[in-house]
Order: sequence, then structure tokens, then C-alpha cells
Amino acid sequence: MKKPFFAVKSSFLILFFIGFSSIFSPILGADEAGHEPEPFNASEVILHHVLDDHQWHIADWLVIPLPVIVYSEEKGLEIFSSSRFYDHHNVVEYNGYKLEHSHIYLADSGKAVFDLSITKNVAMLLINATLLLVVFTSVAKGFTKNKGNAPQGVQSFFEPIILFVRDEIVKPNIEHHYERFLPYMLTLFFFILFGNLLGLLPGAGNLTGNIAVTMTLALITFLITNFNGNKGYWGHILWTPGVPLPLRIVILPVEIIGIFTKPFSLMIRLFVAITAGHIVLLSLICLTFIFGSIYVGFASSLIVLFINLIELLVAGIQAYVFTMFSSMYIGMAVQDHGHDH
Amino acid sequence: MDLLTPGPGLIIWQLFVFVLLVILLGKLAWNPILSSLKEREESIQQALDSAEKAKVEMAALKSDNEKLLREAREERDKILRDAREAANRLHDQAQNDAKKNADKIIEDAKAIIQTEKNAALRDVKAQVAMFSLEIADKLIKNNLKDDKAQKELADTFIKDLKLN
Repeated sequence: MKKPFFAVKSSFLILFFIGFSSIFSPILGADEAGHEPEPFNASEVILHHVLDDHQWHIADWLVIPLPVIVYSEEKGLEIFSSSRFYDHHNVVEYNGYKLEHSHIYLADSGKAVFDLSITKNVAMLLINATLLLVVFTSVAKGFTKNKGNAPQGVQSFFEPIILFVRDEIVKPNIEHHYERFLPYMLTLFFFILFGNLLGLLPGAGNLTGNIAVTMTLALITFLITNFNGNKGYWGHILWTPGVPLPLRIVILPVEIIGIFTKPFSLMIRLFVAITAGHIVLLSLICLTFIFGSIYVGFASSLIVLFINLIELLVAGIQAYVFTMFSSMYIGMAVQDHGHDH
Repeated sequence: MDLLTPGPGLIIWQLFVFVLLVILLGKLAWNPILSSLKEREESIQQALDSAEKAKVEMAALKSDNEKLLREAREERDKILRDAREAANRLHDQAQNDAKKNADKIIEDAKAIIQTEKNAALRDVKAQVAMFSLEIADKLIKNNLKDDKAQKELADTFIKDLKLN
């Protein structure tokens, strides 16, 4: 079901990746050549790529400044460009704000401000959301246009995936009232899938590998699960049936902890899978610069290519797993208990 | 914005954008997509069902036809059998009647013949008696034509009388 999807995307992404490696090497090469030879710090480079930032650093000659939106009690709401913090390569203070390790503080008191900036990941988030809207409204248009006919174009590409989510993930796990949760599940699946794939593009932000993003997604699943929890679900947690009374005292805290470990595992799993993938890819690329050898570069590029293909697989698997576990948790909360055990 | 500490700004953006995305995609994409998928599935199911129904109807029609044909055949056989029986019966009856008639005619003829025969016999007897009387008359007349013969006869009578 997913094969053609990956086949198309992967060839697409390999092209991008070749571009990526070719962009990457001159930057670092120029860096070393231009400045005083400073030791190459691989972990800094990697973390810089994995973490969020106030500007979009694609290459040294291509830095996109992003809007900074800050709120503090002292100065109120202020919006300005992140380029104000940078004077060539030096970080400077601007208008009473200072930027330290990607955190914005008031320059005089050193107090942290509330940062609502369009950071790299927020920009990625907006791109992802726009892409999802464009793609799926056109898919929906295909459905209304080809009513009663065979699917066409982008519609026939996404239809099997939508059906897969509906019939293989949501329906078997939620069962009775699955249709109520389908819009959320489909959005979740495609948001993560698109986010993962976009994150693999050269220069892209690590959106779905950011713990704030995975936390928010897990939180939404948590809220849906517990607000839809029926009598059976809460009964199971608070007064587990079929268990002797003294054991219930032991089970109760375990069950209550369980409510929270479920979304926690969702949050951690996606974050780790995507971030670890990025770290592996970047580490392999950094090997080239650590050894400073073209042969190592060639070998690591080959391995990176291979890992990138695995990452494409992981992108799909993580989207599937997150959606499946979300459906399972919600399914457990809304199912009719009492007959299946 | 460190690796393991979620940035509050991003959380708010993510929450806002994602919830908006669920609402927008739900309205603009998932609703029409899912409903037309469902519609298509239903129409396929309907087509399959109606094909199945048509098949069952065809089979019923065929068995009906066969039943009708069988009944018609039976009916035909029955009619033929009845006709044959009726013909046989008529034939037998006609034969019987004819025989009876013939017998009656023969009987009548026999009876008439018998009566005719008896009448004829009676006539013959009377005639014979007449002839006999005439012959006897002639004979007697012939035998007693002279006196001598008459006397002889008288004598014989007397003789007979004397003897008695």
C-alpha cells in the first residue's frame, strides 16, 4: 500500500539529498577557510541542525530572518525581525532584548520574555499546514469532481493511504464510533507523515522531532482519550473488576500512572525516532569534516544515502505508529467494556 | 530551546495550528472525501447486491419455467391418456351395442322363423290330413263300388261283432 508512495518520494528526496550534501560541504569548507582555523565541533553543528532557531540558516549565504514576537510585562508585545540580533556573524542586543542560546531575555534585567516568535519550527509548521491544506483540498476536489468515476491524479495517490488509515488503523482500534475520530486521526497521520518527510529535506527544520510538537500532539490525544472515556474506562482504572480488594489498592496507582504514561510514550517515541534519525545522518556527514578526507566523505555519503532511505521508512512507520496508538488509547476509552475479558 | 525542554512558544503555535488544521481539513477535506468514499462503497455494495438478487431471481424464474413446463407436460400426458381412455370406452361401448343389437336381431329373426315354421307345419299337417281324407275317400269309394265288396265288408264287421 505504501510502496509506490515511498518509491516516488524517495527518488525525489535522493535528488534533494545530493543537493544537500553539495550545499553542506562548501559551507563548512568555506567556514574553515575564511576564519581562523577553529576546531570543528560536530556536536554543536548537529544540535544546531536538530534544534529550533530564530533564523532559518540554510547556508551561510542563505539565511532567512524570521519574525520575532515577544511579550514581557515591562515592554508589552513587540514584533521585529530576527536579523536585528545578528550583525554579520555576531549576536548583538536589539532594543533592550538580548539573544542567548536561542533564548530571548530582557537586556537589562536578564529576565526571560515570553517568546511567541515564528521560529524555524513554527515556519516549518506553517509550511506543513499549508501543504496539507493544499494537498487535501485538491484531493477533496478530485472526489467531488470525479463523483461516480474512477479516482484521478493526486486523488488516486492519496485515496489508498486515506483508506489505509481508516480501515487498518482507526476502524479496528476504535470500532463502534470510529467515524467521530477519523478527522483527527487522518490529520494526525498526515501531519506527522508530511512533517517527517519535510524534515528530511535539506535545510528543513526538525518539526516532528521537536519535543514541543510531539508533546502537543500527545496532549491532544490524551485530552480526547480522557474526555471521551466512558463509564467502563474509568471503572477499569478506579475499580478494576475481577481483582481481589487488597490488589486493587496496588493497581489503582498503577492505572492512574498509566493514564499519563500512554501519552508520554507517544511523545517520546516520535521525538526520539525522528531526532535520532537526524542525529545519525548529521553525524555521518560530520565524519567527513572530522577526518577531512574526500574518501571518508564518499563512504559516509553512501551510508547517509542508505540511512536516508531508512529514514523515509521511519517517517511512514512513525506516522503509522503514532496514529495507531492514539486510536488504540481512544478505542480503549470508548469501547464497551465487560464483554471482552 | 534545548533538546528535551519543550519551548512554550512552539507549543502554543503547534496547538493553535494543529487544532485549526483539524477543523479546516475536517471541513474542507476529510468530510467530502470520507462521505464520497462511503457513498462509493455503498453504491458498489448496492450493485453487487442487486446483481446477486438478479441472479437469484433468474434462478427462480428458470425453476418456475421448468415447473410450468413439467406441469404442462404432465397435463398433456393426462389429457392424452384421458382421450385414449375415452376413445377406448366409446369403442367398447359401440362394439357392445352393436353386438347386442345384432344378437337381438338374430333372436327376433329366430323367433319369427320358429313361428313361421310352426305355422307352415300346421298348414302342412292340415293339408296332409285333407289329402289323407281324400285318398281314403277315394279308396273307400273305389273298394265299395260293387255289392259284393260291400257285403264282404259287412260280413267282416259282423264277424268281428260276433266274436266280441
